[in-house]
Amino acid sequence: MFKYYGKYAPYLFLLPAGIVLLVFFFIPFFQTFILSFLNYSNDIYSPDVCGLQNYINLFHNPVFYKVLLNTFLYLVLAVPILAVVPLFLAILINQKIKGITLYKILIYLPVIVSIVVAAIAFKWLYADQGILNYLVTSLGFEKIGWLTDTRWALLSVVLVTIWKGIGYYMIIYLAALMSVPKELYEACDIDGANFLTKHLTVTIPHIMPTIALVTTISAISAMKVFAEIYVMTKGGPLNSSKTIVYYIYEKAFENLDLGLASAMSVVLLVIVMAFSFVNIFCFEKNRYQL
Amino acid sequence: MKIDGLKKHISGFWTHAILIFVSLLSIFPFIWLISTSLKGNAENIFAYPPNIIPHDFTWANYSGVWDKVDFIGYFVNSMIVAGGTVLLNLILSSLAGYPLARMEFRGKKITFFAILATIMIPFQAIMLPVYLITIKLHLVDSVNNFAGFIGLIMPFAVSAFGIFLMRQAFLGIPKEMEEAAIIDGCNVFQVFLKVLLPMVKPSLAVLAIFTFIGSWGEFLWPSIVLTKEAMYTLPVGVNNLQGMFSSNWRFIAAGSILSTIPIIIFFLAMQRYFISGENEGAVK
Repeated sequence: MFKYYGKYAPYLFLLPAGIVLLVFFFIPFFQTFILSFLNYSNDIYSPDVCGLQNYINLFHNPVFYKVLLNTFLYLVLAVPILAVVPLFLAILINQKIKGITLYKILIYLPVIVSIVVAAIAFKWLYADQGILNYLVTSLGFEKIGWLTDTRWALLSVVLVTIWKGIGYYMIIYLAALMSVPKELYEACDIDGANFLTKHLTVTIPHIMPTIALVTTISAISAMKVFAEIYVMTKGGPLNSSKTIVYYIYEKAFENLDLGLASAMSVVLLVIVMAFSFVNIFCFEKNRYQL
Repeated sequence: MKIDGLKKHISGFWTHAILIFVSLLSIFPFIWLISTSLKGNAENIFAYPPNIIPHDFTWANYSGVWDKVDFIGYFVNSMIVAGGTVLLNLILSSLAGYPLARMEFRGKKITFFAILATIMIPFQAIMLPVYLITIKLHLVDSVNNFAGFIGLIMPFAVSAFGIFLMRQAFLGIPKEMEEAAIIDGCNVFQVFLKVLLPMVKPSLAVLAIFTFIGSWGEFLWPSIVLTKEAMYTLPVGVNNLQGMFSSNWRFIAAGSILSTIPIIIFFLAMQRYFISGENEGAVK
């Protein structure tokens, strides 16, 4: 094809998006690293360079370890469930049954609704004299301090993330299931394979890349969790439900400790970028046509 | 044959039983919120056993919360922010996607990977410098409302996801289309606007819908930058209900449900885009 555009045309087309990405992604990205070497505690308007002091403070801060542990627990609790349950539901929905669209709409509904409303709805379920404690006590157990007990708060918040994610990952799995060749299932039926062996031998191996994709994207979004914690617990009680993004928010915008917040942001950046790198170059190659 | 049919029947029963159970779990928190929002003061909302169907049925909580909270204002603010974000994403993504799909130029590979790299950068990790830059550019509501809206929109005005989506759409158009237009005397911008853009409408629709949902639900950024209640978007306003009505769960519930109605309507109208699976993974 002959070249019909001027030398500068491609750059002109890229310019508007380029400016936005430069100002709101690339500059802040590098600035995060710079800020992490500055000390704001003496004067918020003229910080001084403090080398690695923020990192040293960070790694001597017991709350930081607590927050890292909580973030890790968040992943461990949420990711396996979000990788497995939606797959199971997708397999069920992928049959020729009545009411598929209605099921899909109802299960997808939590994805659409604002996380703030979801968190408020769960806060109400978790109330001290709320409906969940009614259930618990009528089963003969003692009331649970869902959001007020240090042993339960993190789990209670994770449940909201799981509840809100199920429908999203189910749709991703459904799309993958459509690509499994029907002949393979027919062969299984002829062999008389049951539900479990059919899916263990055909479905799972076929959609392994999607399982890996769901695992990494649910891990990345679990690491970025914020609103659930902000609305429901503010990280409490006693930091028991505080995860890394919430702690960054608290340090940066409530304690105005910009240096420490930035050092923590660098830690978050490194972890998330590692996950995303794997994700893009292993599982999403096709989307970006690499 | 008979036993086979029976087996199918039983497995069908379990399939429906499980799916109905999960569907109920998915909507129960809302049902319970709706139920609470319709209970009058004569009814104990902490009653054991709990009543799903209100005994003292009333709409008073809705009219009460409506009178005290400017939902219309929040809704308008959310519409401005989501609308602006969608519009800018459509323009910037299609402009940037076009040369990446169709033109050869120096630095194409670097540009491509630089855009790809932004996917790996979580907003949560750079929000502090983004905030400092937004203040420096005077794009905050303390300057004026318009600046405040721009500040809410700009960090999300374009995304790598959108650029790649549009690039892929342009890659799917046969080159003869452009060639014919050029022979007819169109310049490069006219080719883009009059020939290519109308052909990628389906992708523009997908981008618009998913950007809209993302922007509509965004909570972190507005709760960082907003200082004036008159600028609150719906999620920020709904979160604020908790402070306004401390333990008046009837009002909090009514307000939360009210704020959710627009997006439910939007979802039901556009549901095929979300649940067909064709656009899997399109929201963050």
